[in-house]
Amino acid sequence: MSDRPLILAGLTLFVGVVATPIWHGALDRKAALTAPPIKLPAREKQCVAPASYMRSSHMQLLGNWRDEVVRDGRRQLVASNGKIYDKDLTRTCLTQCHTDRKEFCERCHDYAGVSNPDCWDCHNGPQLAFRSTP
Amino acid sequence: MKITRKDFLRFSGLALLAVAGRRAVRAVGERASAPPAKPVRWGMVIDLQKCRQKDGCDRCIKACHSTHNVPQFADRAHEVKWIWKEPFQNVFPAAQTDYTREFYGNLPVLLACNHCDDPPCQDVCPVDATWRREDGVVTIDWHRCIGCRYCMAACPYGARSFNWQDPRPAIATVNPDFPTRTKGVVEKCNFCEERLAKGLGPACVESCEEKAIAFGDLERPDSEVRQVLRSRFAVQRQPELGTGPSVYYLV
Repeated sequence: MSDRPLILAGLTLFVGVVATPIWHGALDRKAALTAPPIKLPAREKQCVAPASYMRSSHMQLLGNWRDEVVRDGRRQLVASNGKIYDKDLTRTCLTQCHTDRKEFCERCHDYAGVSNPDCWDCHNGPQLAFRSTP
Repeated sequence: MKITRKDFLRFSGLALLAVAGRRAVRAVGERASAPPAKPVRWGMVIDLQKCRQKDGCDRCIKACHSTHNVPQFADRAHEVKWIWKEPFQNVFPAAQTDYTREFYGNLPVLLACNHCDDPPCQDVCPVDATWRREDGVVTIDWHRCIGCRYCMAACPYGARSFNWQDPRPAIATVNPDFPTRTKGVVEKCNFCEERLAKGLGPACVESCEEKAIAFGDLERPDSEVRQVLRSRFAVQRQPELGTGPSVYYLV
């Protein structure tokens, strides 16, 4: 019976330590959930697919483009709005709209905690700003 | 119901006739409809006499390598090449004698991927990163290549190069319309498939002022390559290997 205060104190300490992520997140203002400020294209208002789809599935879309162009030679995309696009990362995506990969791609990838894409190891950006790999 | 032997034979004969009739109708129908068009098979004919006209000319090599962002490394061990020249005696070792070697031995021969009918590089690739397309172009998916270099060992023509280091610093001016490669992938001539898709001819063919390179569909009897092959004797590199090269040489 005389151990009760000791046990209670230990339990409180344990719960406190285990719940660190919760109270740390609650206290830390920087960790508040706000979407990262990404730079949207200046001219173009319409992407090849709706923004919500692009947000969740752009990697599948780009992977499909890759396979269709390289494997099947299907190089053009008829978008849902009827516009025809070339399935071309450099000329369609990076030159016409997302000219700044740091302000668009990488900012969101950093925020989401996914590794930065290695597309630019081969595909040329508009300024040919190559990633400086050691 | 009882079937007599006579009825049985009669029914059997009728059934056989019906089957034969159906076959005949189908055969006639197939004859009537046009035969399926043969797919394109891209091929190239290089006229070595015309190629030799200008000494040391390398316009086609320069055109190809700048179009496709081929890196130029000073170290020959790291050399990457899509189209290049070798002395005649190394390219056609069996096609000469002690006396022809005197003149022909060191003449330059233009080389590139042969875009074989039955490419050994495709057979050995463990990840399906290289394959022969239906139009005869042997192509590489650089996204998929793991850099094992089996294809380089399998290619009897030495047409493939490996990127031992990042190629980008070794590219003088980058053509933004064609991707560069990355360290650890194999590359080679792609018959300018990206230009063919736009209806253009290969860069080497267009850059040649002597018109030494003919390009076209080997399956079409009236194509330029077929006309050249009809008019002059042409050879392939190592045809005895059974790879079926699509590149022909007028010696």
